[in-house]
Amino acid sequence: MSDLNTAMIEKYRSSFLKEVEANVEEGEWVKMCMQCGVCSGSCPLGKHWDHPPQEIFMMIRANKRDEVLSTDSMWMCTSCYNCISRCPRGLPITHIMHGLAVYSKRLGLTQKQQPTAQFSQIFWDNLMKKGRVNELKLGLSIYFKDGFGQGVKNAMANQKLGQNMMKAKRMNAMEFFSGHSVKDLSGFQKMVKKAQEIEAGNIKDFK
Amino acid sequence: MAKIELSFYPGCSSQKGATSSNYLVSAQTMCEELDIQLNEIPDWNCCGASIGYGGGGELPRLALSARNIALSEEHNSGQEIVATCAACWLSTREAKERLHEDEQMFKDANAALSEAGLKYKGEANVRHMVEVLVEDIGFDTIKSKVKKPLEGLKIAGYVGCQTNRPFGIAGESFENPQYLDKIVESVGAESIPGYEKKVQCCGGALAFSEPEKSQEMIKGIIEAAYDNGADMIVTPCPLCQANVEIYQDNINEAYGTKFNMPVVYYSTLMSVAFGRSAKEAALDGQVIPAKQLQEIADK
Amino acid sequence: MADEKKFAGYVCTGCGLGERLDAGQLETTATRDGKMQSCKQHEMLCSAEGVQMIKDDIANDGVTHVMIAACSRRAKVEAFNLTDVALTRANLREGVIWVRPDTDENRETTQEMADDYIRMACAELKSMSKPAASAEQSLNKNILVVGGGITGMTAAIEAAAAGYPVHLVEKNGALGGALGGYYKVIPTRSPYDAPAENPVPGMVEAIEASDNITVHLNSTIAKTDGAPGRFSVEVATESGSGETLSIGAIVQASGWKLFDAGKLPEFAYGKTPDVVTNHELEALAVAANGGPIKRPSDGKEVKSVCFIQNAGQCSDKEGHLSYFSGVTDLVSIKQAMYFKELNGECDTTILFDNLRTPGAGGEDFYRAGQQAMVTFSKGIASEVVPGDSLTVKFEDKILNEETEMACDLVVLATGMEPNSGPDPYAQLMVDEAEDEEEKAKAKAALENAPPSILNLQYRQGTDLPHLKNGFTDSHFICFPYETRRTGIYSAGPVRRPMDAQQARDDATGAALKAIQAAENAGLGRAAHPRSGDLSFPSFRKEGCTQCKRCTVECPFGAINEDEEGYPMYNESRCRRCGTCMGACPVRVISFENYSVETVNQQIKNCEIPEEWDEKPRILVLACENDAYPALDQAAQAGVEINPWARVIPVRCLGSVSLSWVTDALNNGYDGIVMMGCRRDDDYQCHFVRGSAMAAERMSKVGDTLDTLNLEPERVILHEVAITDVERAPQLINDMAETVEKIGLSPFKF
Ligand code: SF4
Ligand code: SF4
Ligand code: SF4
Ligand code: SF4
Ligand code: SF4
Ligand code: SF4
Repeated sequence: MSDLNTAMIEKYRSSFLKEVEANVEEGEWVKMCMQCGVCSGSCPLGKHWDHPPQEIFMMIRANKRDEVLSTDSMWMCTSCYNCISRCPRGLPITHIMHGLAVYSKRLGLTQKQQPTAQFSQIFWDNLMKKGRVNELKLGLSIYFKDGFGQGVKNAMANQKLGQNMMKAKRMNAMEFFSGHSVKDLSGFQKMVKKAQEIEAGNIKDFK
Repeated sequence: MAKIELSFYPGCSSQKGATSSNYLVSAQTMCEELDIQLNEIPDWNCCGASIGYGGGGELPRLALSARNIALSEEHNSGQEIVATCAACWLSTREAKERLHEDEQMFKDANAALSEAGLKYKGEANVRHMVEVLVEDIGFDTIKSKVKKPLEGLKIAGYVGCQTNRPFGIAGESFENPQYLDKIVESVGAESIPGYEKKVQCCGGALAFSEPEKSQEMIKGIIEAAYDNGADMIVTPCPLCQANVEIYQDNINEAYGTKFNMPVVYYSTLMSVAFGRSAKEAALDGQVIPAKQLQEIADK
Repeated sequence: MADEKKFAGYVCTGCGLGERLDAGQLETTATRDGKMQSCKQHEMLCSAEGVQMIKDDIANDGVTHVMIAACSRRAKVEAFNLTDVALTRANLREGVIWVRPDTDENRETTQEMADDYIRMACAELKSMSKPAASAEQSLNKNILVVGGGITGMTAAIEAAAAGYPVHLVEKNGALGGALGGYYKVIPTRSPYDAPAENPVPGMVEAIEASDNITVHLNSTIAKTDGAPGRFSVEVATESGSGETLSIGAIVQASGWKLFDAGKLPEFAYGKTPDVVTNHELEALAVAANGGPIKRPSDGKEVKSVCFIQNAGQCSDKEGHLSYFSGVTDLVSIKQAMYFKELNGECDTTILFDNLRTPGAGGEDFYRAGQQAMVTFSKGIASEVVPGDSLTVKFEDKILNEETEMACDLVVLATGMEPNSGPDPYAQLMVDEAEDEEEKAKAKAALENAPPSILNLQYRQGTDLPHLKNGFTDSHFICFPYETRRTGIYSAGPVRRPMDAQQARDDATGAALKAIQAAENAGLGRAAHPRSGDLSFPSFRKEGCTQCKRCTVECPFGAINEDEEGYPMYNESRCRRCGTCMGACPVRVISFENYSVETVNQQIKNCEIPEEWDEKPRILVLACENDAYPALDQAAQAGVEINPWARVIPVRCLGSVSLSWVTDALNNGYDGIVMMGCRRDDDYQCHFVRGSAMAAERMSKVGDTLDTLNLEPERVILHEVAITDVERAPQLINDMAETVEKIGLSPFKF
C-alpha cells in the first residue's frame, strides 16, 4: 500500500481524538460536537482563522494530528466566550482552544513567531517574577520581543500612547525599577512550580 | 441599609500606576456612597488574566486563582469575594467551578497550594461588582443616591465579553444584556438599549499581539456609538475601557476617522452623579477627557 | 315525535347586546318576519335561569323548534345543549356587535345586520327537523387488528385491556413482525443512553395469555363487507379454510417493507456480503450471540464499521425514496452502539448529511452515541469499493474534501416503505391526469399496485386511500388516526415511517379510536369532526337520476350502490360532511338539520335593500371548522367586518350546492365569498376532499355569471385557516371594496 493510502486509512480513526481527550484541557468534550457551526459563525476573529473551531473538532475526529497541532488558528482566540455561550451542545470551546494551543506549544509545534503565543509567554514570565503583572515591563518586553532594533521602532510608534497613559497616571515609569509584588513570593513560586510538575506528569505519550 | 462587607480582589490592572488605576479610585468612591466596605485580600496575586493560559497551561493557571480564594477564605472568612475586573472575576469563578467539578483537579490544586502553606476549600462566593450593584443594591437605591443627575448625556453601554460571558449577570441575556443601560438611566442619563456593539469583542489581550485585527473591531465599537449619537461610552471592564479608549489615535490614523470618544467606567458615572469631585471620580485618569462629566462634577 | 311543531325564539340582551341593539325590534322581527310563535328576552340567556326558561317552555308548552339569538353557535355550546329540539342560533355577538364600531352613525346598519341574522335563523329553523339516529345499528364490540407486528400487537393488547374482544390476523406463521428479529431497540426511557431490550417476546407472551385476543396466524383478509358496527370479515388461512367474523371496528397495522438495496449498486450492495442494510445488521447482531459481530464474508470480527446514512432515501434519484424515513438515524446510532458493546475497540463511523433524532430521547441518545466514541462525520458517501477491506469514498462536508476510509463492514441506512394495499383512487388518478407524464406515472402505479389487504367490498375500492408515497391518508394535523374509511384506523409505519415506540403510541391511539368508532356506530353517532352528530344524509329516490356523483365524491366511501344503481348509504361510514349533498345535481340529498333548503331559506330571508339604498349585500359561506372559528376569533379581537356581510356557516365547502350561488345572485346579492380549508396535498380540509371538490364545482360558476351577465369578481373562493384571524375578515372587506368598484348587482327587486 502506498504511503498516501496508509495515511488515508489512518484517517477517521479515533487515535488523535483519544490523545486530545487525555492531554488537552477539556479535550473529552470534542467528541460531543454536533458540527452545527455556530461557534465558527460567532467567533470575532473568525475570518482570520485557517480552521475555525467547528473545523478543528472535525479535523481531530478525522485524525489530522499534524494539521491541528501546527495551525495557529487557536491562537486567534480572544477569550470572548461567544462560542461557549451559544454552543447548543455546551462545549467549553474557549478552553479547548486554549488547551490545544498550549498542547501544541508543549510539543514544540507552535510557530516561533506566533505573536499571541509569544505575548502569552512574556505575560506569564512577567507574572512569575513578582506574582503580579508589571504592565510597563510587559509593554517593553513586547516591544523588544523581536530584537532591539524592532523594539525601538515599536516603542517609537507607540510613544504617544505611552505619554498619554503617563499623563493620565495609568502608566508609571518608576515601576520599571520597583513595581508591585506579592509578599510571599517564594511560596507563590513554589506553588506554581509544583502545579507545573503535576501537569507535566499527567501528559500521556501518544507518539 | 446595612453595610455590605466584601472580600475585594482588585487585580493587577487596578494597582496604583496601572492601566485601570482610575477604575479602583472611582469604584472606591462609589462604594463609600453605597455603604460598601471593600476588604482587600491580603497578598493577592495575578489571576493569569485571559492570556495567561498560553504560558501557564491549566493547573498552574487554576492554582493562581485557588491561592487568591484560599487567602480570602483564610483572612476574610465568610465574605464574598468581589472583583471589579472582568478577567479577575472570570478566572476566579472559573477556577472555583473547575475545582468543584473535577475532583482530581481539586486534589492537584491543593497539592500545589500546600507548597505555599495554603489550603483551598472553595466555599467563598465569587462575584463581580456589577452583580453586587444589580442584585444587592438595586437600581432604585442607586437612583435615590443621585444628587447631580447626568441630564442631557447620551451614553452607549458597552458591556463587552467577559462581564457578560460565559457567566454573565443572572437574568440577563448574553446577546443583549440590559443592566448597564439601566445603570445609565438610574444616574439620569439617556441609554442606548439597542447599541449594536454592546457585547462585541474588543480583541482583549490580542490588542497587544494582534493590534491591527483588534483595532478593526474596536473601530466598529466606537463607530456604532457615534452612529447612535452617544456622547461617551461606559463599560464595566478595564481591558475594554483601555482598548476602546487608548487606541483611538492609531485607529484615526489607520482609517482616517476622527474619533475622540471618551470611555468611562460605570463607577465614574455613579461617583459624579452621587455628587463627588472629579478627582474622586477619577476623571483625571481619562486619556480622552470626559468633558461633560467634568462640567457636571465641577458644578 | 309529536307532529305539531312549535317555534320559539329567545333573544339575549347580555354581553352588551341589549345596549347595542334594539331588543324589542329584534323580537318583532322574530315573530313578524321569522314567524316565531313566541319570543322572549333574557338578560343572560346562558345563565342557569335563562336556560331553564327555555327548558320550561319545551317541557310545558311543547316547543319543538328553538331559535336562540345571542352569541356564536361556537360559544356556550354546553349551556345550550338542547337535545330534544331542533335548534338554531343567530350570531348577534361575534357576528354583529363585536365586528361593528359602537357609534351613532353605525347604529342603523348594525341593527339591520342583527335583524337579518334573526330572519335567517328563523327561516333555517322552519326547514329543520330534530335529528335522530336511524336505529339501524347495534353495538358490536369486536375489534379486528390486521398485522401482528409491534403495532398490531400493541393495538390488540390495548383494546383487549379496555375490555374489547380482539381478532388479530397475521399473514406469517408467528407474531412479531420486522422488529421481532431485532437484537435491541431504540431506548424509550430516560436516560436514553443505551439500546433497550426488545419488547416483542414479552408482548407475544401477553397476547398468548390473554383470553380477549384470538390470534389468526398464516391468515389474510379475504373480504370485508359492511360498515362500522357491522363489518363482516372473512379470514382466509393458508390451508384454505376460512372463517367469517362479525366486527365493530378495524385497525390496519400492516407495517412496512424494506427498500430494495439492490437499487444501490454504487454502494456495492449485492457485490459483497460485507455491505448490509440496517435491517440485515440486526440478524448479524443476534447471530453474534453476545460475542463480537462478525462480517458475513469470512467471519472475521469487525474492527471497523461505517454507516452510510440516507442510502437511497431523501434523494431525487430515480428509484430512490424521495422522503426520509424518520428513524434511520436513530437506528444507526443504536446499531453503532452494538459495536461499542460487542466489538470492543471497533472504529465506528456514521457518515451523515443531516442527522435527525426525533422523539423525547433522540437528542440524548445521540449524545450517548458520541459519549461512547461513535464518530459522527458530516459526509456524503459516493461509492463503496469492495475488497478485503472495503473502501468508502465520501465528501467530508466540514473539511470540504473528497476523501475515503477503510472498514470491514458497511451498513446502509435504507428507508421504510409502507405495506399498504392498492390505492382505491389509482384509476381516478389515471383518468384525471393533467399531462402525459402524470398519466404514465399514474398508470405505472396502477399496474404495480400491491395486492389488497382489506378487500373492502366498497363501491370506492378495496383498501384505504393513500396520501403520498403509498402511505395511507389521514388528517395529519387534527386527527391523524382517522383514515378516509370510517371505523378503519391505520397505525404504525403504514401511515408514516416511524420507530417502534412511535408505532406503539400510534397503535394505542388507533385502538382507542376503533373502540370509539364501535361505540359511536352503536349509537348512530358521527365520528370526528362532527362527533356526536345524529343527523345523517338521506336521498329522495324519486328524484335521483343515478348520476353516481354522490358515490364518487364522498371522501369516505360511505355510499355503495344497490342492484338498481341507486345510492345506498351506510350511515356509520358517513362523517356528515355534506359533500354528497353539494354534489347532487338534482338536490335530493339532505340531512334533518342541514339541507339545500335550510341554507337556501337563509339566503332568501335576508333583506335585500333596494338599489337606491346603496346598501350592498355580501353572502359569506364559511366552513364551520376553520373559517367560521377564525371569524369568531377576529370578532373577539375586535377586528371590523363590513356591515353588508351576511355569514352562513356550512359543514364543509364540499356541501355547498351550486344552486345557492345561483339563487343568491338571482336574489340580488352583490358578492359571494366562500371560505374553506386548504385543499392541496398538505390539505387541512376536515373532510379531506370536501374543499377540493367545492373548488372543482365552483370552477363552473363562471358560466352562471356569464348567463346572468354578471362580473366574475362577484364570486370568489378562498382557502382560510383557523389562524387567519386578520385575513378572514379582510377577505370579506375586500369583496365590499370590489362591489363598490364594479357597482351593485342589477338583480334587486
Ligand atoms: S457550536 Fe458547539 S456543537 Fe456547534 S460546531 Fe461549535 S462546538 Fe460543535
Ligand atoms: S472564545 Fe475564542 S474561539 Fe470562542 S468565539 Fe471567542 S475568540 Fe472565538
Ligand atoms: S354569552 Fe351568549 S348567551 Fe350568554 S349572555 Fe353573552 S350573548 Fe347571551
Ligand atoms: S430551531 Fe428547531 S428546526 Fe430549527 S434548527 Fe433548531 S431544532 Fe431544527
Ligand atoms: S355526508 Fe359526507 S361522508 Fe356522508 S355520505 Fe355524504 S359525502 Fe359521504
Ligand atoms: S348525486 Fe343525487 S342524483 Fe346522483 S346518484 Fe346521488 S342522489 Fe342520485
